[in-house]
Amino acid sequence: MSLDDLYQEIILDHYRSPRNRSADLDPHDVHVHHSNPLCGDELDVRLRVDRSDPTAPTVDALAFDGDGCAISMASASAMSEAVVGRKLSDAEDLTEAFRLMMHGEGVKREDDLLDGVAFQGIAKFPVRVKCALLGWMAFKDAVTTYAAGRDEHRVTND
Amino acid sequence: MFDATTIRKDFPVLQRQVHGRPLVYLDSAATSQKPQAVLDAITRFYEERNANVHRGVHALAEEATEAYESARTRVARFVGADPRGVVFTRNATEAFNIVAYSWARTRLGPGDIVLSTQMEHHANIVPWQLVQPEAGFELRYVPVTPDGRLDIDGLERILATGRVKLFTCTAMSNVVGTINPVADLAGRVRAANRDCVVVVDGAQSVPHLPTDVLALGADFLCFSGHKMLGPTGIGALVGKPELLDAMPPFLGGGEMISNVTLEGTTFNEIPYKFEAGTPAIAEAVGLGAAVDYLDALGMDAVRAHEVALLEVALPALLAIDGVTVHGPRDPHERGAAVSFSVAGLHPHDIGTIMDREGVAVRAGHHCAKPLVRLLGSAATTRASFYVYNTVDEVAALVDAIEVTKRFFNG
Ligand SMILES: Cc1ncc(COP(=O)(O)O)c(C=O)c1O
Repeated sequence: MSLDDLYQEIILDHYRSPRNRSADLDPHDVHVHHSNPLCGDELDVRLRVDRSDPTAPTVDALAFDGDGCAISMASASAMSEAVVGRKLSDAEDLTEAFRLMMHGEGVKREDDLLDGVAFQGIAKFPVRVKCALLGWMAFKDAVTTYAAGRDEHRVTND
Repeated sequence: MFDATTIRKDFPVLQRQVHGRPLVYLDSAATSQKPQAVLDAITRFYEERNANVHRGVHALAEEATEAYESARTRVARFVGADPRGVVFTRNATEAFNIVAYSWARTRLGPGDIVLSTQMEHHANIVPWQLVQPEAGFELRYVPVTPDGRLDIDGLERILATGRVKLFTCTAMSNVVGTINPVADLAGRVRAANRDCVVVVDGAQSVPHLPTDVLALGADFLCFSGHKMLGPTGIGALVGKPELLDAMPPFLGGGEMISNVTLEGTTFNEIPYKFEAGTPAIAEAVGLGAAVDYLDALGMDAVRAHEVALLEVALPALLAIDGVTVHGPRDPHERGAAVSFSVAGLHPHDIGTIMDREGVAVRAGHHCAKPLVRLLGSAATTRASFYVYNTVDEVAALVDAIEVTKRFFNG
């Protein structure tokens, strides 16, 4: 196991220059706040949904903001790029692919994950897997919350 | 002459490498390393004298009992206590639980206040919270000032209620390092209520400062062997014998009884009343050896060594761009656990990169979440020093922080 698996150049790049990182998204349909009291990570995800095709709502825009380690913030950034423009159902499927990858169960939809693939090596650092998952799980929760007709959800993980 | 470079040679684990670099162990506030003398004492006990204590009639049982009780006597002397008031526990945490369950739960009720502080380790918060609903007392906390000290005015305001029946605080913070004026605080709480019981968390202070339980004004003192060169699994509750005598036992079983019938039990005398079951005999022997080792170094010399390290480390850390040091800046007002933050960097990332440099530090909330929150963060990085740390290792710490900053900031 080397440090390069944990902090690849792509990961450091997302950490130093995060994409879609913003304290607000105006307008947005749903806002979720996830925190991990154990490491003190805090993450906000705001999601705007494009309903122009009512049968296939799509991620129109996403903004994240938060406080956490390099892995968690970089992963949220990579997630934001991978899900924007996708149908909600498809983005959820992609989230599941990321989750399985983090649990060492192989890489599916490699091309669709975009820079998310760079996080594969973190599966070898069990204590940091939850850092990499934070953003994706918050996104998944945002979709679920939206589907349930609500616009706000707060979750404390441990 | 105190020479950390020589002392280090007594600690086998300090000879190893981590990620291809010499280990720079700066996490002694979590647990200390063990000198060969302690490892040998434990091995020799098992090789030469192993038996159960206090009940055998054979030679080994007598020798084992002698070894166990001799450890108690030496630990008692180390903190200036009567050996009858030294209860061996698993750790400081268990010691707090004994006081909470056997003293606070049985003696306090509605209208009474148990006063802890915002500076405490969870071990000095959670046990009181556990017994609070049943006993019905009120649990309050002395506030902490932004520079990491107890707020004396805040303390006095709570004392003015006249209802504080138990006061508990740490003698040395494991996060901000602050050395609290325990004797002065004990005087204040007793001036407000003569019968207030004073509990002191010695988990950080006993390993690092000369300790006299009477001078501290403590009715109970809790500490762990593993932070003072001893093994895990052994610690102590040091209590005033008359208080321990009047308390009901905490756990029941063998060792702690004097007579058992199916109808009832009479309890053994102190300290055995609080040592139910076969104790951690070899660990107690190991702690005895640790105390001997510290005595040979001299606790005044240990403290002077740590002050000397702090005199180098504090300015060196503060000189790094973006580094904030939490707690008192004056080495004489603080212990050798130094928490710091680096602007823009998360402690877990810092700890991970420093580890690759061979430098072992702690990252997180240090089991003192309320205090770390007050510092305005969810986590800090903590470097903590002990007898075997050198000025060169302070330099290694500073270098590792610089490497970490370069790594993330590019
Ligand atoms: C100030 C303080 N109190 C209590 C404890 C608890 O010690 P233990 O876990 O050995 O019971 C610690 C250890 O981290 C501590 O630093």
